[in-house]
Amino acid sequence: MSKVRVLVGTHKGAFVLESDGKREKWDVSGPHFAGWEIYHVKGSPADPNRLYASQTSGWFGQVLQRSNDGGKTWEIPGGGTPPGPGSMPGAGASNKFAYDTSPETGKPLTTHQFYDGTQHPWEFKRVWHLEPSLTDPDTVYAGIEDAALFRSTDGGLTWHEFAGLRGHETGPKWQPGAGGMCLHSVILDPSDPNRIFIAISAAGAFRTDDGGKTWRPINRGLHSEYIPEPTAEVGHCVHHIAMHPSRPGVLFMQKHWDVMRSDDAGDSWHEVSGNLPTDFGFVIDVHAHEPETIYVVPIKSDGEHYPPEGKLRVYRSRTGGNEWEALTNGLPQSNCYVNVLRDAMAVDSLDSCGVYFGTTGGQVYASADAGDHWTPIARDLPAVLSVEVQTLP
Amino acid sequence: MIRVELPAHLRTLAHVSGEVELEVEGQATQRSVLDALEARYPVLRGTIRDHLTHERRPFLRFFACEEDLSLEPPDAPLPETVSSGKEPLLIIGAIAGG
Repeated sequence: MSKVRVLVGTHKGAFVLESDGKREKWDVSGPHFAGWEIYHVKGSPADPNRLYASQTSGWFGQVLQRSNDGGKTWEIPGGGTPPGPGSMPGAGASNKFAYDTSPETGKPLTTHQFYDGTQHPWEFKRVWHLEPSLTDPDTVYAGIEDAALFRSTDGGLTWHEFAGLRGHETGPKWQPGAGGMCLHSVILDPSDPNRIFIAISAAGAFRTDDGGKTWRPINRGLHSEYIPEPTAEVGHCVHHIAMHPSRPGVLFMQKHWDVMRSDDAGDSWHEVSGNLPTDFGFVIDVHAHEPETIYVVPIKSDGEHYPPEGKLRVYRSRTGGNEWEALTNGLPQSNCYVNVLRDAMAVDSLDSCGVYFGTTGGQVYASADAGDHWTPIARDLPAVLSVEVQTLP
Repeated sequence: MIRVELPAHLRTLAHVSGEVELEVEGQATQRSVLDALEARYPVLRGTIRDHLTHERRPFLRFFACEEDLSLEPPDAPLPETVSSGKEPLLIIGAIAGG
């Protein structure tokens, strides 16, 4: 029987929740890396036992963790103690995210726009998102703050930047959102290994069609009233993007405000907020088997990061947007003031698609029937930063 | 023999308990002690000082003999009581909640 493994990153550690295909009883292990912020944990599609985790701290910086047994045990790549004097190759480099400034492959370390409008140098702060390769367990992409995309091809031992993104001519116009200037979304096109989509707060979405050498903004159609030029090429606060693997040209976006859709791989976008009670929010995801079924969790506003009316509602559209229905069965419908952060929703791929999301109140909710009924599978965790799901044989 | 006391989270990361004892070649300074510490425990690279600039991370400070050494130059000799192993070099995280 199939199994499901839910990987939860929280403000104070990581948790791994496992269940059989019924998804009724859950075993919870953790906290792993107790006391550290775990921004993201994700498994390799090529080897489900290979997991990567981003462990961060305001005191101690970045740590990169790797598991080869589905999260039972963890190691820091290259973190072993040397047997004698001297250093092992790559030792201690798994948390080294050095912006590429080499004249051959990199760009001069340019500046970006800071909160106060002045130009500010790029400074590495943390890894927000880890996206393992679709085909190679040792290859993994990292979206970082300050915004840049890195890749490791040796299982997280060493990292190298795709400098063409940060060095894009619009770089000086990028600016941090309230959470920092983070590259938070990385989508690998299953039909084209040279195509990658990324999104940055607050710069917008970008796409490469040449394996990461060059990038271009894909923000046409976005309209953001909160920036001086609402239809600017960059500067939009994209919160998350999602894609169904069977239709890699169709993208869905939850922007700071507005839920958007693109049918041409990001070349143009149109709004599909429709009848949502508010089109502000962070998460967006797509049903595993129905490419036109999408999910969002509306949040009241940018100033009030909690559900409208204190009612936690997932909204589902079966028409690819515009027409939305509230899903409330099993979710708190009064006095609920949690948030659902941008990487905190995921789906499994069992026949009856499971949908999962975590809250800043420490709950992880699951639905084994595509959102019709919800139940908390963890209730009292630290604030949830990310949720990923693996469907295991 | 130099004694170093790490914050709890870094002891967990390095899989050590209690103080760390290090052999340091030449004069004991912040830099030479941290070089020896990171060579012995590579997982600590980047967690106490920046990978590239080697600047002390802002939420960490260095103390010994009840003195704050955080703002001393990295190549300044550490107190004799530290270099002789009588007192540990303390690496202390800022007192902050969270």
